Amino acid sequence: MGYKLTPAGFGALLDELATNYQIFGPVRYAGKGRLAGTDLTTYGPVRSVSDLVWDARTTFAPKEVFFPVKESLLYFSGQEITEPSLEMKETLVFLRACDLNAVSRLDKIFLANGPEPDSYYARRRQHIHFVLMECQEGFPGCFCVSMGTNMATGHQAALRLENDHYLLQALAEPWIALGERYGQPARVEPVWVEKNPLTVRVPERVDIALFQHELWREYACRCIACGRCTLSCPTCSCFSVQDVIYRDNPERGERRRVWASCQIDGFTDMAGGHQVRADRGDRIRFKVLHKIYDFRRRFGINMCVGCGRCEEVCPEYISFARCVNTLNQLMEVQGRDA
Amino acid sequence: MSYNTKELIKNAYRITSQRGFTALRIRVPGGHLEASYLGLIQDIARRYGNGTVHLTTRQGFEIPGIPLDKVPEVNRLLAPLLEKEAALGVPIENFQAGYPAAGTRNVTACIGSRVCPFANFDTIALAQKIESLIYPNHYHVKIAITGCPNDCIKAHLQDIGIIGQVEPEYDPGRCIACQACVKNCRQFIVGALEMDNYQVQRDGKRCLGCGECILQCPMAAWTRGPRYYRIVALGRTGKKSPRLAATFLEWIDEKAVLQVIANLYRYIDRHIDRSLPKEHVGYIVDRTGYQVFKEELLEGVDLGPKGRVARELPFYGYSYDRNLYMEG
Ligand code: SF4
Ligand code: SF4
Ligand code: SF4
Ligand code: SF4
Ligand code: SF4
Repeated sequence: MGYKLTPAGFGALLDELATNYQIFGPVRYAGKGRLAGTDLTTYGPVRSVSDLVWDARTTFAPKEVFFPVKESLLYFSGQEITEPSLEMKETLVFLRACDLNAVSRLDKIFLANGPEPDSYYARRRQHIHFVLMECQEGFPGCFCVSMGTNMATGHQAALRLENDHYLLQALAEPWIALGERYGQPARVEPVWVEKNPLTVRVPERVDIALFQHELWREYACRCIACGRCTLSCPTCSCFSVQDVIYRDNPERGERRRVWASCQIDGFTDMAGGHQVRADRGDRIRFKVLHKIYDFRRRFGINMCVGCGRCEEVCPEYISFARCVNTLNQLMEVQGRDA
Repeated sequence: MSYNTKELIKNAYRITSQRGFTALRIRVPGGHLEASYLGLIQDIARRYGNGTVHLTTRQGFEIPGIPLDKVPEVNRLLAPLLEKEAALGVPIENFQAGYPAAGTRNVTACIGSRVCPFANFDTIALAQKIESLIYPNHYHVKIAITGCPNDCIKAHLQDIGIIGQVEPEYDPGRCIACQACVKNCRQFIVGALEMDNYQVQRDGKRCLGCGECILQCPMAAWTRGPRYYRIVALGRTGKKSPRLAATFLEWIDEKAVLQVIANLYRYIDRHIDRSLPKEHVGYIVDRTGYQVFKEELLEGVDLGPKGRVARELPFYGYSYDRNLYMEG
């Protein structure tokens, strides 16, 4: 069902939703950007229509709404161990097509990878509902079309900002009822981005011989191991575990998991101090192959959804897209030579 | 040849080593200028000067080789530059008469946040604001503005150096304990950060407010809080006793900075030795002592909740008495 809404109508709709849902979306925080005088656009609570940011990509991905940066796994007190309970309101997340596709990647890792689903993820995830924000043309560095993630499924509703009004495609309740109440019926067909300025060709197969290619040596010099590319990625799911002993009572404490990045020094350290991948070029190789090859071999789809964040946040201008395209060329050359 | 050298100097011309010729100093507040003015500067240098231009340490242009009798003609050409000053709010009475004063030097600035990622604010905009507050003025005062404690403009060699500060705000919920901020502050700055129980603790009294932790953090766990300024005072070069400026005030807001600068001129006015041809502010403070300087510069200034002021200005580290340490 399609509806046309004025900003006021959509505002009233959100107000009603807010009584039953917590609502997250791209929000702009004035003056909170890294550099002086810049804003930070990222996921946060949406309190009114005007909070929703349409004209910029978020620096961080929506995953933090249901895969928290820090999560307590259990509390200990002496010998006693308790698992924290979770009471979570139904939650709406406004997001773009690439990011919605990324959720299916996270679902695979957390729910379909091990013998058991990850219960901490599962118990949050079941309360999460999505509203698609339609892209008109994407942002610099996006390559969703190349990754087939310019289209998405799994959302309750799709929203388009058109001039001075909103177009709503209601695919499930409560959106149909809300559309009836706050909008005018209208024909709304989904619109998908059909092309990006950036095209990425993912090689079908990556030969193990390329592991030693000089391409990675260049990255060893250029990468500063800051981790931004992975911490901003909507599909990265790595975490490390911290045991925190409370300062005021060493008998008590908690175990939590915290986001981690394979690009940061120390991530692969094992007991005894051996680093599995000390070399930064090797780490980039690991990351890139995971995103476009290893994950696909396991789950049948690429992990990367072409959101372009890693391109944009890298302070050293290291381009994931260029790396993948280079790999593809190398494989094509190999194919011809063979 | 009859020229009033005092008047020439006040008009931003110099008495030069070439008799009969002068050099004009063009002010560029904040060291930043629309490129369209370069044509005018080129024109003056070619038609009236010797065809060269010197880039001064105070970020102005100096045009040498101008015959003294051409000064009135050159002054008339300066109208567009004076109009630019006027647009900043500088009171200019006669746009045909050249610069109205030269004692208060061009306010210099590092490139600031328009270009430099380390900068905590737009230094050029503040320089231009200060220019409108203090110019024209015959008192010999040097002010410079720098975006962060790297101090690329050498604010530590000025009477008043203004250094941008930011209060970093920490969100423990976003911190992944990667230590990037901690290691960086320890290795390159003042070591104000410690990791304790997977949380970063900041020692607010050690912290310089440089903002590097915000730049380092890949999680935006550190973000920009309110902007502040640190003022370093009474640095100087010269033949008597050169020294680096010392921190006079820190964690004060822009309003306080402007008030302190206005007070500086009142202080000079009260205490300058008028029997001398000129007296540089640093030497006035040498006479009155720091306590008087401090009291008068802080008159009516609201330092705000975080503002701190120096008990003393600890000048040390450089001595012209070479006999103390030179051989032979
Ligand atoms: S690898 Fe880069 S482009 Fe791909 S999903 Fe992650 S951040 Fe987006
Ligand atoms: S963002 Fe760039 S520099 Fe930082 S870890 Fe990733 S590739 Fe390396
Ligand atoms: S002082 Fe700081 S802000 Fe200014 S140019 Fe130098 S590094 Fe950049
Ligand atoms: S602002 Fe600078 S000095 Fe203060 S904690 Fe951050 S990095 Fe350290
Ligand atoms: S850089 Fe950011 S995430 Fe890393 S330890 Fe510091 S505050 Fe935490």
